[in-house]
Amino acid sequence: MLEPHRSPLGSLTLIAIVIAAGAAAFAYTAGWFSPERLTPTRLVAALAPPTGPALGHRRNHAKGICFTGVFEANGAGAELSKAQVFARGQYPALGRFNLGTPNPDAADATVRIRGFGIRIATPDGKEWRSAMIDAPVFPVSTPPGFYELLIASGSKDPNAMKNFVAAHPEFAPFGDWAKNAPWTDSYAEDRFNSLNSFVFVDNAGAEHVVRWSLLPAAQPVSISPDDLAKRGPDFLEQDIAQRVASAPQRWTMAVTVANPGDPIADPSKAWPTDRRTVEVGTLIVQKIEAEQDGPCREINFDPTVLPTGIQVSDDPFPAARSAAYMKSYDLRTAEAKDYPRTATSTKP
Amino acid sequence: MIRFTPLQRLLHWLMAIGILAMLFIGVGMVSTVMPKYLTLVSIHKPLGIAILVLALIRLAVRLRYRAPALPADLPQPMKLAAYLSHYALYALMIAMPLLGWGMLSAAAYPVVLFGVVHLPSILPQSDSLHTLLWNAHYYLAFAFFALILMHVAAALFHAFVRRDGVFEAMAPVPSHEEVTPAE
Repeated sequence: MLEPHRSPLGSLTLIAIVIAAGAAAFAYTAGWFSPERLTPTRLVAALAPPTGPALGHRRNHAKGICFTGVFEANGAGAELSKAQVFARGQYPALGRFNLGTPNPDAADATVRIRGFGIRIATPDGKEWRSAMIDAPVFPVSTPPGFYELLIASGSKDPNAMKNFVAAHPEFAPFGDWAKNAPWTDSYAEDRFNSLNSFVFVDNAGAEHVVRWSLLPAAQPVSISPDDLAKRGPDFLEQDIAQRVASAPQRWTMAVTVANPGDPIADPSKAWPTDRRTVEVGTLIVQKIEAEQDGPCREINFDPTVLPTGIQVSDDPFPAARSAAYMKSYDLRTAEAKDYPRTATSTKP
Repeated sequence: MIRFTPLQRLLHWLMAIGILAMLFIGVGMVSTVMPKYLTLVSIHKPLGIAILVLALIRLAVRLRYRAPALPADLPQPMKLAAYLSHYALYALMIAMPLLGWGMLSAAAYPVVLFGVVHLPSILPQSDSLHTLLWNAHYYLAFAFFALILMHVAAALFHAFVRRDGVFEAMAPVPSHEEVTPAE
């Protein structure tokens, strides 16, 4: 065989270059050359208190109490979304009242934000998962802004928050709510809001951009954080357990439809109050479940787990939350030994 | 020279594109919180299942049609490396999608392929299983990519240095040498 007189060194060099380029492209895609990239790992790490995360627990909304119940759809949502969950009927729900804190032992009166995670299952095999909070707006417009907020609020620099607020004027409505809105003395009296917008797709294929809220049936009773503190660090859980034991607790689910031009991609901005709102059903909490061993523990209330008929919108947060929640889930399930299920549990 | 059958070559190159895309999508999606995260995840799952299906077809085709023999003068260690790396590649092509599917099942996530197309859960929810499968899926992905780089290096070594017809056996189109009689 006649070979051209090319030295194998040239060929070997070429091969080395091809392989090195492939490896470099992979490393670049993985973010190894971009330490400034906002990864789920960085976002989740920023949630941790200075003492480090509570191992085995959700990285945020760590304190909570699980429940089961039903979502009773009244059928009115069917004109907005073809999801089975809006067809008149009752669908099993699993959810979790929680506090917006990375500390599972935080005293109730020290946490401003309360949350409500929910998973509604329908016979078609679909699930609708959502995680709402009681604030009427989100503090920031973008996921990088949220990361900056976490860094500023965890900073020892006394000017950090001041500088953050100056750089993020969108924070003002949330800041005003956090400072001035009354606290309630029960989860049962709180309104919970999706804040993020989603797209409902109806049977004709038409899209409606919406946000949803759970409106409490119980009349809100205001309480100062000081008075709430006097009732004990875990009052909210004791209270909701007691209320649910004596009667199911109810929330009306209200879906608000955006008008063209409304800020659908920015959860820090409320929509005008006159927007069309459709009451689509009632969420009924029937039974308080164990938290440590209960059915919520293994559920990630990932807001992008949606049935056909509900989709994400241009709001960038559901994607960021999905990525971060999954990271949190991966971490806490790997740390299960640090938050053991009680000895009686035989579940694998 | 004996080449792989056209079906085998088609499967090889189709899967080469699919698997490389899959690995890049995988490391890309776990390192971002931007909206493309959801787009990448929504490609990752159905593409993974597509690769699983193609890999099983490919395994059957391989068992039916075998592979052309390696050159007789190939040093024994290289022959051994060729055999072992191909076993590993087949194992990973089949195992990676199953690990991902199992990992999602063990975390009680619905496994959605396209809008209405769901896969059943193949495992019960379990923290320890989820962690085991997640770790396997994650670290084997890097091992898979490293193996592919070695595979590419070996292919180019056969093509440019040894020029022994091994590369041409899997080349997508017949090369010049193949149609020109050896001098």
